[in-house]
Amino acid sequence: MAESDFAPWNDPEAKPLIQFKGVTKRFGDFTAIDDLTQDIYEREFFALLGPSGCGKTTLMRMLAGFEEPTEGQILLNGVDIGHVPPNKRAVNMMFQSYALFPHLSVYDNIAFGLRREKKPKDEVHARVKEMLRLTRLERFAQRKPHQISGGQRQRVALARSLAKAPKLLLLDEPLGALDKKLREETQFELMDIQEKTGTTFIIVTHDQEEAMTVASRVAVMDEGRIVQVATPDVIYEAPNSVYVADFIGDVNLIRGTARLRPAQAATEAAAPPPEQASPETTPAAPVAKEAAAKTDGPQPNPLGRALHDRILSPIFGTWLEEEPRRLPPPSAAETAKTPAAETPATPAHPQDIPPGGLEIDWSEGQPALLAANGDPALDGEKVVLALRPEKLGIAKTRPDAPNTLKGKVIDIAYLGNISTYHVEIEGGVMVKAQAANTRRISRRDITWEDEVWLSFTATAGVILKDE
Amino acid sequence: MRRAVLIAVPYLWLLALFLVPFIIVLKISLSDIALARPPYTPQLDLNEGWAGIRAFFAGLDFENFTFLSTDDLYWKAYLSSVRIAGIATLCTLLVGYPIAYGMARAPQEWRPTLLMLVILPFWTSFLIRVYSWIGILSSEGVLNQFLMGIGLIGEPLTILNTNTAVYIGIVYTYLPFMILPIYSALEKMDESLLEAAEDLGSSRFSAFWLVTIPLSRNGIVAGCFLVFIPSIGEFVIPSLLGGSDTLMIGKVLWEEFFSNRDWPVASAVAVVLLLILIIPIVLFQRSEENAREAGR
Repeated sequence: MAESDFAPWNDPEAKPLIQFKGVTKRFGDFTAIDDLTQDIYEREFFALLGPSGCGKTTLMRMLAGFEEPTEGQILLNGVDIGHVPPNKRAVNMMFQSYALFPHLSVYDNIAFGLRREKKPKDEVHARVKEMLRLTRLERFAQRKPHQISGGQRQRVALARSLAKAPKLLLLDEPLGALDKKLREETQFELMDIQEKTGTTFIIVTHDQEEAMTVASRVAVMDEGRIVQVATPDVIYEAPNSVYVADFIGDVNLIRGTARLRPAQAATEAAAPPPEQASPETTPAAPVAKEAAAKTDGPQPNPLGRALHDRILSPIFGTWLEEEPRRLPPPSAAETAKTPAAETPATPAHPQDIPPGGLEIDWSEGQPALLAANGDPALDGEKVVLALRPEKLGIAKTRPDAPNTLKGKVIDIAYLGNISTYHVEIEGGVMVKAQAANTRRISRRDITWEDEVWLSFTATAGVILKDE
Repeated sequence: MRRAVLIAVPYLWLLALFLVPFIIVLKISLSDIALARPPYTPQLDLNEGWAGIRAFFAGLDFENFTFLSTDDLYWKAYLSSVRIAGIATLCTLLVGYPIAYGMARAPQEWRPTLLMLVILPFWTSFLIRVYSWIGILSSEGVLNQFLMGIGLIGEPLTILNTNTAVYIGIVYTYLPFMILPIYSALEKMDESLLEAAEDLGSSRFSAFWLVTIPLSRNGIVAGCFLVFIPSIGEFVIPSLLGGSDTLMIGKVLWEEFFSNRDWPVASAVAVVLLLILIIPIVLFQRSEENAREAGR
């Protein structure tokens, strides 16, 4: 189907639904949004992610019309809406507190917006019924908001904001008030509803898991600027800065100085490294080639894929093609940022290390770390090697791997399915490594104070310029 | 046992301070006027034993209540009191609501000060404050002098000793009772509700009607009752600020008591007033209960 690759941001023909053009917002001396330019496309599920005070809420309130930009333009379908009041915009918002009208029933809450449009009664009734069905609230139509549970209230808020069929729906921390289990369920529900209605969603959250789960693209914000916009997997696997790497998920940051790898490096640096020939990628070679032509080549995220495969395709038919879920092979420019190996438990043999890349001197008297995916341009610079804990292998004996680090287990966090080991490596640096608990806890061979070896492949980490 | 004692305390309190005085007033209202001290008869004489009690009860009758219904002064006074109290309550609402709204929307750090300013007049005597209105409203008063000074009027307005002055007095005196409940209702209101209403397509004005007013309804109802109930029986304000044609039942009652020294009729007036007031009091309690049930 046509939507097999939903990535309008890579299509130069695609017309964005929302365009921020040099938008700045100041409150007195404080600059909440700093000269921000960003396009958001139709049918996208766009997440604004950042710590509190990064400007994400201000950005959303400007879209809703509660704040006006100090400078710049906000275009909706090419029309500047920067100074249009909220009640005249085809944009609706779901509030963090839900903001349900306590004096009105669930039905009247949902009908509120439709009645303001002076629509005929039966039309309003039909639309409200439809919304109640979509959010599975039919039984609660006559209840007041204080007579239903938190999860139901959240759905009422969603139904109310969708009732007017807005072009753009804004969700302000929509799941913040729900407990973890309900939140996870609701995330899928949100994605489902977004697919069904085809509305463009913009979600504001400080919860990176939530953003990664629901969004087609994530924008990581810091101090009024967007630091990186990409699909969740790229954000996670190929962050463009230490800030993003550190903000998204757990990460080990090893600081050092980069040095060009001596052998083979000169000739191969410009070409894509041959690592893409690893066994599991071969069948998809044509697709990979196609994606490689694009600069960013994102794919539906794993959860979106799961949703498609398990829930939506039986109803609407399949539109995503069967293909391995992975990052596209890196283009020349992207070489530095794209790791490929995903199986740290069985690291590649030394002879498999792709040529090129960098070596990182991170501690005096320690062997340099190999990073075949390092950007040669960083030669001689201070760099940070960002390593995800799950990409590190942990063993009691020294494994045969391109990179090994010796250390001592200081702490073990047992999370049930996985354990996180806090290992102090030589030089006093603390490194976290995660391993699946495939054995019963009583048979676990690594314990506190043990000497262990950490290992990772030459492409497991991401080399970032130190800030 | 301890619970029973605990519950008994407020009941005994109410019994001693409300029910007993009421029974005394009721008893006087059923008595006849007499040139004696106290000025009514019969008196309960327990020395004569059972016969005395019998004679006492035989002396009680509803004569005074019949009298109230025959003289049109009384029902006109009741009616006029209800009218004046009603209009004054409406005026108090119109003045008080914007004040309460402004207070609830004021910056957080200002609110305690504003609240304090609303309560501050209670720190002076009510009587003195009403007297000072005489100084403001009289024909040589501050208000007339000011208006003539800026050339708005040529000759002094007659405000004092009219119903207008009574309305001004009631609005002024009872304003805090209107402001406080409305303020507390508005202060609790989540401001994002208004944003939500705007977001869903209503203008600021209709958001106010559709959201703010309904959500402050409980405060409005409470404030109106708190103003209406005491102002029906108001005596000081109409007698100081009102004119000879200002007819209010509180004034009638006072005259019966102190000018005519007709205690039994005055008591009957008081009992009827109480019966009239029971209606709004019961309504008030019911609305309070509804508000509590609504869980807000």
